[in-house]
Amino acid sequence: MGKKIGDFINRIGIPTFAVGLLLVVLLIAAGVMGQSIPTLISDILKRVGMNGLLVLAMLPAIKSGTGPNFALPVGIEGGLMALIVCMQFDFSGWALMGASAVLCIVFCIILGWLYGQLMNAVKGAEMTIATYSGFSIVAFFNILWLAIPFSNRKMGWMLGNGLRETIQMKGFEADKILSDFLAFEIAGIKFPTGMILVLAFFCLLSWLFFRTKTGMAIFAGGQNPRFAEASGLNIDRNRIIANILSTILAGLGIIMYSQGYGYAQLYNGPLNMAFPAVAAVLVGGATASKASIPNVLIGVCLFQGLMTTAMPVMNQIFTGTDLSDIMRIIIQNGVILYALTKVKSGGDR
Amino acid sequence: MNDMMKKLTGDSSFDLGNWVLDNIVTIIFWVFIILGMLTAKDLSLNGFFTELCNRFYRNAFLILSLIIPVIAGLGLNFGIVVGAIAGQLAIIAVRYWGINSELVGGTAFGGLGGLLLMFVIALPIAAIIGWLTGTLYNKTKGQEMIASLIVGYFGNGVYQFIVLFLIGAVIPVAAAHPMILYDGVGIRMSVDMGSTTYALDNLLQIPFVPFMIAAAAFVLLFVLWNQFIRKPKVEGQSYKMNPLKFWVYVILAAGVLAYFVMQLMTGGPMNDVRQVPVVLMLVIAALAIFNQWIMNTKLGQDFRSCGMNQTIAEANGINVDRTRVIATVISTVLAAWGMIIYLQNMGTLNTYTAHNNVGYFSVAAILVGGASVDKATIGQAVTGCLLFHAMFILSPEIGKAVFGQAALGEYFRTFMVYGVIGLSLGLYVWRANKRAKLAMPKEDEE
Repeated sequence: MGKKIGDFINRIGIPTFAVGLLLVVLLIAAGVMGQSIPTLISDILKRVGMNGLLVLAMLPAIKSGTGPNFALPVGIEGGLMALIVCMQFDFSGWALMGASAVLCIVFCIILGWLYGQLMNAVKGAEMTIATYSGFSIVAFFNILWLAIPFSNRKMGWMLGNGLRETIQMKGFEADKILSDFLAFEIAGIKFPTGMILVLAFFCLLSWLFFRTKTGMAIFAGGQNPRFAEASGLNIDRNRIIANILSTILAGLGIIMYSQGYGYAQLYNGPLNMAFPAVAAVLVGGATASKASIPNVLIGVCLFQGLMTTAMPVMNQIFTGTDLSDIMRIIIQNGVILYALTKVKSGGDR
Repeated sequence: MNDMMKKLTGDSSFDLGNWVLDNIVTIIFWVFIILGMLTAKDLSLNGFFTELCNRFYRNAFLILSLIIPVIAGLGLNFGIVVGAIAGQLAIIAVRYWGINSELVGGTAFGGLGGLLLMFVIALPIAAIIGWLTGTLYNKTKGQEMIASLIVGYFGNGVYQFIVLFLIGAVIPVAAAHPMILYDGVGIRMSVDMGSTTYALDNLLQIPFVPFMIAAAAFVLLFVLWNQFIRKPKVEGQSYKMNPLKFWVYVILAAGVLAYFVMQLMTGGPMNDVRQVPVVLMLVIAALAIFNQWIMNTKLGQDFRSCGMNQTIAEANGINVDRTRVIATVISTVLAAWGMIIYLQNMGTLNTYTAHNNVGYFSVAAILVGGASVDKATIGQAVTGCLLFHAMFILSPEIGKAVFGQAALGEYFRTFMVYGVIGLSLGLYVWRANKRAKLAMPKEDEE
């Protein structure tokens, strides 16, 4: 019996098992303590929808052998810039969503191409450099938010120059526009159909992509670069394509996140957004060199589920202290550290 | 240009392009600071130097704690954050007891004694944490730097759990204590350092100008002695610097000497710069000497071997994993002490945020001094500390002077912090990869 449990844990991975177990315990606790389970599940669904694309962005990067995309802010800033530019021209509602998505893809192709070049130059230390690329680009865009003379009054401060820290999506009729699209309610659970549909669409697209010739080549290059190189694949090019895709997904992801959240967060908002996304995909059972769409979906459900459930439960048990955020920090970084211990060092440097 | 430099440095293998690449970050900073000095008109010279010196006394020890892991091949230890956390735990403990015992008329553990007690308490905490992180780095070989960054975040989570919850909920404390939050659980946002504030800074102070005169004169004499009188210990070995370096040193030292003598005579603005805390300077110097000394011991040689090539080190009978753990422990303990020194200068501990930027700022500073993933010297740490913090002081001033917005300058300096780390680490890996690629075909031909 004990051996069977051990096998089971090994098969699904320690992080997945631990986080899953904790989630179940917390859900039971929430039920016992009289929290409304349908509300909790609605919140979980909402946050899964909001964060889904950001986590999906990990998939191409990991598959190509670059490792988890710690430079998620690169794509995020691209997406935010697209959103802000469209807002400047007073797009609103669906037009804003559509226009910013198109513009986001343009921006993210450029940013992702540059970032891919960088990743090819620093093979072997991608994760460290990626993290600092992410931080640097956030700091750089902080300057842009302040320096570019955007003039739409809905985005500026009351006084002075520069954009506000958070911009209300409501002002552009885009607050929860996707979340509420075709949304319905069963047994008190609100189902954000629009967001889930978009997420499902991009999962399907990724699934199809990794069945094309290019997709398979990217995967082969990530699994065994030497072998792939020997069979005539252009690994560097494939890694760039994968990173462009990852960057685009991150950009679209932040647009989806912003509409679900109701605010576009500028300045240091995106600074630490990569880590929860990395942790989520790892919780789903991915490693630094292997990931799949089920990993992404399971991961985002478990991780966001845990975060959503922990807050009300912990706040009820320990009133006054925000232990749920501390738990998030510990679990998120613990999971990443655990994954790092499993990385095979690429050569003795 | 290149030939001229070759002649000047007396080094035939000198390559200007490589030299620029090696020192790109330092060059950028020099340019930035010189431009900054020219544009920021509102800046008073004595204000600038007071602030710069203050920041130097505060940060030098922390930055020096980074050197040993670099030499031992662990790269830049962003994990000094957990060392800083250990220091903060010691501070919290000592301040808690101090205030408690003062209430009943006992000793307040203030002043220098309190500070020393903090050092003593921080030692075992930091050693244990260092041992744990060192063990983790051994499990993440090749990825130590990202691991050390995440260790900092993880440590932050655990630390917050301790100070926000365990203290009060598990560890019994007096609910009415002025350091404890109102409901009796957790430490307040800020902890006053009490009379340990400036305990080290105030110990013995001398005015800035005479200190600089003495320092410049010492450097000048040392360089001259080194060049012309010093006899090598071993036949054929020479301590002599190349002519360019020698003249740069001599002219700089003489210039500084002349400038400060003039300041002293004319009573210029430099006389208003804050006094030099001699004992603190001696402590920093002691750490520098310790770093230098340890490299001459067997342990130091082991560090160096591990840093050069782990496989060869292992083959030579060095216990690589153990050596790396020792390097991490030393670095963590030094960081804990560095944080205590930092906070005695600040006067208040911001319980939940003080440690957050220690890793980034220290690493950025040593990189600005010209260090890289596999080499770091005391000189680089010192110049890096000065250059980095000069940039830090100047940025908002430049933002104000050029763009009319101080906030822009503040964002710009954050960009510089992350940019510097990204740029120098990226360049290092890129060049290492290029070298590896160049070396590969040759092996194939054999």
